[in-house]
Amino acid sequence: MRLEPIANPSLARSIAPPAIAIIATVVIASLLAMVAGANPFSVLGLILKGAFGSQFALLETLNRATPLIFTGLAIAVAFKAKFWNIGAEAQLYAGALMTVVLGTGALPWSSFALIPALAIGAVLAGAIVLLVPAMLKTRFGVDEVVTTLLFNFIFLLFISMLLEGPLKDPMGMGWPKSARLISEARLPRIFEGLRLHWGFALAILCACAVWVIQTRSTLGYEMRAVGLNRDAAAFAGIPVNTVLVKTALLSGGLAALAGFSEVAGLKGSLTLDLSPGFGYTGIIVAMLALLNPLGVIVSALFVAGIFVGADSMSRAAGVPTYLADMMLATALLLMVLAIMLTRFRVVRD
Amino acid sequence: MTGKAEIVLRLDAITKRFGKLVANDAISLSLHRGEVVALLGENGAGKTTLMNILFGGYTADSGSVQVFGQTLPPGNSRAALDAGVGMVHQHFTLADNLTVLENIALGVQPLKDMRLRKQETCNKIKRLSDEFNLIVDPSARVGSLTVGERQRVEILKALYRDVKILILDEPTAVLTPQEADDLFATLRLGIQNGLSIIFISHKLHEVMAISDRVAVLRHGKLVAETRTADTDKNALSALMMGAAAKAPDITATTPGKALLSLKDISTPDIANNPGLKSVSLELKAGQIVGLAGVSGNGQAALADVVGGMRMPSQGALVLNGKTLTQWSPRAAVQNGIARIPEDRHKTGTIADFDLIENAILEGYSTALFSKGGWISWIKAKAFATDIIQKYDVRCPSPDTRIRLLSGGNMQKLILGRVLEADPQIVLANQPVRGLDIGAVNYVHSQLLAARDRGAAVLLISEDLDEIMGLSDVIHVIAGGRLSPGFARGTMTPAELGIWMAGQGFDAQVAHAS
Repeated sequence: MRLEPIANPSLARSIAPPAIAIIATVVIASLLAMVAGANPFSVLGLILKGAFGSQFALLETLNRATPLIFTGLAIAVAFKAKFWNIGAEAQLYAGALMTVVLGTGALPWSSFALIPALAIGAVLAGAIVLLVPAMLKTRFGVDEVVTTLLFNFIFLLFISMLLEGPLKDPMGMGWPKSARLISEARLPRIFEGLRLHWGFALAILCACAVWVIQTRSTLGYEMRAVGLNRDAAAFAGIPVNTVLVKTALLSGGLAALAGFSEVAGLKGSLTLDLSPGFGYTGIIVAMLALLNPLGVIVSALFVAGIFVGADSMSRAAGVPTYLADMMLATALLLMVLAIMLTRFRVVRD
Repeated sequence: MTGKAEIVLRLDAITKRFGKLVANDAISLSLHRGEVVALLGENGAGKTTLMNILFGGYTADSGSVQVFGQTLPPGNSRAALDAGVGMVHQHFTLADNLTVLENIALGVQPLKDMRLRKQETCNKIKRLSDEFNLIVDPSARVGSLTVGERQRVEILKALYRDVKILILDEPTAVLTPQEADDLFATLRLGIQNGLSIIFISHKLHEVMAISDRVAVLRHGKLVAETRTADTDKNALSALMMGAAAKAPDITATTPGKALLSLKDISTPDIANNPGLKSVSLELKAGQIVGLAGVSGNGQAALADVVGGMRMPSQGALVLNGKTLTQWSPRAAVQNGIARIPEDRHKTGTIADFDLIENAILEGYSTALFSKGGWISWIKAKAFATDIIQKYDVRCPSPDTRIRLLSGGNMQKLILGRVLEADPQIVLANQPVRGLDIGAVNYVHSQLLAARDRGAAVLLISEDLDEIMGLSDVIHVIAGGRLSPGFARGTMTPAELGIWMAGQGFDAQVAHAS
């Protein structure tokens, strides 16, 4: 058996494999639920209800989707240029760190000045964190997969060190946790009385901005050209290394906004459990969205919905929440396979 | 038809469709014992598809293949080999790190067996070498052989399997004229020894020289089958193209001043590709300089230097009287150098970009197409549409991905992209490789038009006919060294061949000392 590329796939060919992948994901998740000893239909119903079934559930899902939109965008931007940023987790914490450093009283400004300053500070911090691997790659050819991945661990230990030392909240009763942001630094809620902060709106705005940059700007054109064919881009005179560095700055900045939004919008302080792997889940979000910035919004909602829904399902049906991880993993694998099948056909020798 | 000798291979009404395209339309062809049949046709005429069907790569929609009277099972890639049909591909399939002997025996007999019977294998290779005049050292590593020698190994590999039918796909594309003559001598010996040969080519003079019969394919149809003795080059060319081929009219021009001068330029060797060895060359306004040479002799390095991809390590690059200190692809484009790259798929275009995006690949950042970092897609589309019309690029629409276009149409888009800027220098590296004759003539006419407008053209090609037909001055490159310039019509192919083999340089040195 071998794969033969399809020059011009038909509409059915483009739609059917992803659709089948979604159905297959649901079927496999049902089987897993049965193995866990529950009724698959009620499990799926509970997940759906837990994610979107009430105003509370829906807001919870939107809040959970917010950091995933940022990290998903960070990955989508980088992967589009074939810059393999696996370090969104570190960049997220860099953004959170900067928010806490500047937002706990260091800048005694009003909200109007302070919040944008925190966002910009976070973006710069994330961009700088990814600048190092980008320079190592463009100058010395060091594989960015290795550097960005390993940097996640280094950076988390660095945060841990700070939270046990200089950043430790004196009022924190000994917990490794930073001081709380001053009230001017907190992101307000979008609607009075509803638990949804402006970080979500910022995420949507960023997705639209990234889409515009990719489709309309010279930088976006360069990033797509470099991603599709580095040799041809270089031959045409596109400064490939510069484009990769710019891509890294943009990607790192977007991932850092996830940390900013979580601290300033939701948690109010920095702890080591700020991110349950948003940086890594961002890879799944971006891949499911086929690296389309607007698609990232949809896939982040899907992924957040599964997590939030699985939490509440777990309580109601007694099935472990790991089901959510397994569902996402299955969805990702099947989707990658489906994407391949839209572009290749299997030929028997 | 000869009619007397036994038919060894018969293709019977082979039809193969790919979607709407009929690649092979009821093609019937037979090969007699001891005969050379040339399969002639433009690229895309269906030659490769037909051979793929014979070797089981594709299954024909209808029709059958018979070898020595036995019908081959369709879609079985071993059947043709087992029946005694061998093929020498245009791109060699040899392992560089193994010896000639090991390469030949590989796949025919188990490795263990090969060690035990090394002497026996060696003797058989020597016997075949003598019989077919294929001189090559069985213990040499393939990596150290020349291209011509590698081709001999490929042929030996086929003969070692005792093939009765040999198919050669564009065998002379990589050879010097002398090597091609040696190949023809070998093929004639093969015929005497009972071999039957299918010779795939688009070079008319070779077809005339070697074949007994010619089959001409056009748009998937067998349009003519005739004895070679009963036809001539012009007739074949007309059959191939569907209209009488016209050679470009070339009027002599007097060259102007030097626009780009290379002075004693050297570049380091990279892997198997030799760098330049103190090369000096002048590209003058209104002149086509042809660079002849066997593939891999420094053409890539020279093209990289002229095209801005590489700054030479030694020597000076003088553009319009100014010695360059900064040199990059973008600087080359900004200085009016039109670059037609060697590989239009890998470096000339971005396959998944549409025609519009590909059209602005070199100019997207200029005021023509963008302002303040934002691209004007309206202007870009207008530019692409303009090229599509002026250069007759056949495509469904400007927003078609360029991977769906044929090589010729892809090349026309590249031509439009670089020539619309009215360049002062044109670097054309293998500009017609893999194109059909119609597209070849078009590209050549555009290069001549650029010359007549006063541009300096550097034409790099492995096709000596092309070089000799178009160039005002010919240089030969061999091992990174550049021969003196020869004016049009002062050299025969054989004389150039001596330089291409690297021998002219030694004579020059001997003469000087």
